[in-house]
Amino acid sequence: MRIERKAAVVVLAALIAALSALAADTAGGGPPLGLPPVPVPAHNPQSEAKVALGKKLFHDKRFSSTGEVACANCHDATKAFTDSPLAVSEGIRKLNGTRNAPTVINAAYMKTQFWDGRSPDLEDQALHPFLNPVEMGLKNHDPILKIVRKDKDYAKAFQDVFGKSGDAITMTEVTRAIAAFERTIVAGNSPFDRWYFGGEPTALNESQKRGFDLFVNKGRCVSCHRVEQTQAVFTDGRFHNVGVGINAIQGDVPGLAKEFLKAQATLAEVDVKVLGDKRTSELGRFAVSRGFDDLGSFKTPTLRNIAVTAPYMHDGSLKTLREVIVHYNNGGVTKEGDRVNDFLSGGIRPLNLTDAEIDDLVALMEALTSPEFAAAPAAAAAAK
Amino acid sequence: MTDRMSSVDRRSFLKTAGAAAAATTLPISLVELAFADPAQNFTFAYISDAHIQHIAGTRFVRNWDRGLIRAVAETNLLTPAPDFVMFGGDLAQLGTKAELDHGAEMLSKLNAKLYCVMGEHDYYLDLGEYWSKLFGPQHYSFDHKGVHFVVLNSILTTDDWTYKRWPTAEQRMLEMAGLDNPNGSPFMVGEKQRAWLAGDLAKVGKDTPVVVFSHSPIQKIYKGWNFWTDDAEQVQALLKPFKTPTVVYGHVHQIQYNQIDNITFHSVMATAWPWPYPESYAQAKAELNFPKMTVPMNRADPFFERDATGWQTMDVAGGRPTLKYNLYNNTNRVVGFDPRIGMPADSAYQDPAKRIPPQTHY
Repeated sequence: MRIERKAAVVVLAALIAALSALAADTAGGGPPLGLPPVPVPAHNPQSEAKVALGKKLFHDKRFSSTGEVACANCHDATKAFTDSPLAVSEGIRKLNGTRNAPTVINAAYMKTQFWDGRSPDLEDQALHPFLNPVEMGLKNHDPILKIVRKDKDYAKAFQDVFGKSGDAITMTEVTRAIAAFERTIVAGNSPFDRWYFGGEPTALNESQKRGFDLFVNKGRCVSCHRVEQTQAVFTDGRFHNVGVGINAIQGDVPGLAKEFLKAQATLAEVDVKVLGDKRTSELGRFAVSRGFDDLGSFKTPTLRNIAVTAPYMHDGSLKTLREVIVHYNNGGVTKEGDRVNDFLSGGIRPLNLTDAEIDDLVALMEALTSPEFAAAPAAAAAAK
Repeated sequence: MTDRMSSVDRRSFLKTAGAAAAATTLPISLVELAFADPAQNFTFAYISDAHIQHIAGTRFVRNWDRGLIRAVAETNLLTPAPDFVMFGGDLAQLGTKAELDHGAEMLSKLNAKLYCVMGEHDYYLDLGEYWSKLFGPQHYSFDHKGVHFVVLNSILTTDDWTYKRWPTAEQRMLEMAGLDNPNGSPFMVGEKQRAWLAGDLAKVGKDTPVVVFSHSPIQKIYKGWNFWTDDAEQVQALLKPFKTPTVVYGHVHQIQYNQIDNITFHSVMATAWPWPYPESYAQAKAELNFPKMTVPMNRADPFFERDATGWQTMDVAGGRPTLKYNLYNNTNRVVGFDPRIGMPADSAYQDPAKRIPPQTHY
C-alpha cells in the first residue's frame, strides 16, 4: 500500500513536470500538443508588438461603413472565433452573407483562406471583408488608412512595429499585423490530443475511442480530415463536393456556371458575387478555378473545436454534428433518397454506419475541443 | 510492324518532338493555316467506356454510374456548346437490357446530338440487338462541316467463335469481357463491313478530312487485352488514299496516340476505370507493339476515386481532331497532330524533361 502510494506520487509528480514543461513550451512559442509549429512567412515575422497591434485592428469597428462591424463581430473570441449560432454571417445593417464564418482558430495552418480558397494567405484574406458590400461595406481601404495614419495610438504602434508613419502606412502593414495576431490563435491540447499524441489512456471514453476507429476506417473521415503521426490539423487543405448547398440548385448549375466560363472574374469580383448571391455561392471553388473538378466544392475545414462552432458546413445548413454525420452516411445527401448531385466528389458514398456508430463519431468530435474554448456558449448548450 | 517509330532512331525523334514542344504549345493555328477555313472549325465531345454494371433489382455499381453522370453533366456545361457528342462504346458491362437502358437514360440527359459506337460489352450477349433498338445502326457515316465521319463496329470476330463455341449467350458475353482470357477472340471489322466502308469512302474526295470512330484500336498494340483489331491493315489500306485520315478509339481506358504512315490514331478516356499500360504487364513484353511516341499518363492518385478516368473534347481544325483530355484530379492534357514532325504530340509533355514523374509505387 505504502509503495503503491509512493509510486502514485512519483507518477503525479512526473505528470505535473510534463504539464509545466508543456505550458512553458507553449508560452515559449512552441506548438500545443497535437499541432505542428505555426508556419510564419519570412516577410512577416512575429513580434509581440505586432500581434498586439493586429489584435487592436481586429477589434476596431471603425473599419466598416457603419462603424459597427469589426473582424471580431463574426470571429468572436468568446464564441471560439466564430459567430455561432448564426448559420451565415451578419455584416453591416444586418445584411447576411452566404457562408458560415470559419473559425480563426488554427486558420494559420490553412494552405488557402476562405471556404473556396480564393485567398492564398491570412494577409491577403484580411483585405477582402472590409470591402465586401454585405460584410464591412467600405468602398475602398482609404478610411482605414486615414484612421491608422492619424490616430495617435495607431501611429505610435505602426512606427514601433514597422518603422513607418503617415502615407508610408499601407494596407500591407495593416494586414500583416492582423495576420500576425491570427497566427497566435492556435489551439490543440484537446482530450483527443492527450490520448492520441500524449499517451493518456483515459483522456477519451470508450465511445470516443470507438469513434476514432470509425473515423479512420468505416467512416472514411480521415481521408480528408487528416491525422498524422505526430500532429493533426484535421484537414487535407483540398476542395471537395460533399453534396451540401449545390444539391438545392442542381437545375441552376448550367446557367450559373456559364457566367464564369464565359469570362474569368477577378478574385475581388468573385468575393462580391459569391457572398452576395446564395445560388452563385454554391458553385464553390469553381467560381475561383473554373475547373469542372471544383463544381460545388469547398475546402475541408479543420475539426478542432467543432463542438463549439455549430452550425456546420460552408452554408451553416446543418445544425448538429449528428446531422453532419448522417449526411455523409447517406452518401452526400441530407435526406436519404434525395438526388445526389452530378458533380459529387468520388470519395463520398454511403457508409452504412449504425445509429450507435454515429453516436460514437459524435462523441469523438466532442473530444476535439481545446480547454481554452470548452466554455464557449455552443459547448455549454451541447452539454445541457 | 508498321509503327512509323520503328524506323526512326528514338533519340532523334525525342529531340525533334522536344524542340517542337519547347518552341510553342500545340500549333493548332498552323494546322488551320495549312489546311482549313477557320470558320469551319468546330468542337465535339467524346465520352466512352462507362461500363454500367447491374447488381440486382434497381441497384447498379455506384462508381460507374457516377462517372457517366458526371461526364454528361460536365459536357452539358461546355461553353461554347459542342456540335455533337460521341459515345465510344462499352456503355454496359455485360450487355443486358437493364444496363443498356440505365446507361441510355443517363445519356438522354445530353443537350447535344448523340452518336454511338458499339463496344464488345454492349454486343456479345444478344449480338447487338437491343443496343441497335436504342441507338440505331452499328456502322454508319455522316458529314459535318466538311469532315466525313465514319463509325465502325470493330469488335466483331469469327462466326465460329460467335455462333458455335458457347452453350449460352451469357457465357459468350463473359468470355469476351475478360482480359488475358485464352477463350477470348481477337476483334475484327470483318469482310462485309470493310466492303461497306470501301463503298462509303468511294464517294468521298481524297482531300476531304476523314475521321473514323471505332471501339478497338484499328492497329495492333497488344493481343492479350484486345488492344488490337485483327484486320487492322486492311482497314488502314482503305484509309491511306486520303490526305488526313484519323482514327479515334475507346476500349483502352488510357491516353494513346500513334502515326502509321499518314493515319493518325488517338484513344479516348473511360469514365469507369483506368487500365494500366500493357508495357507494365510482364507477359505483354514479348508481343507488345506500343506506340513509342505516346507519353503515358502519370499514375493515378488512389486518394481520388475518379483519377485516371475522364472524357474529352476534340477541336477539329482542318479535319484533324486535337484532343483535350478532361482528367479528374489530374493535369489536363492536349494531344494533336503536329505537322512539323508529321505525327501527334502532347502540347506540354512530349519533351521527356517536361514530363510529370510517376508517383513511386510501394
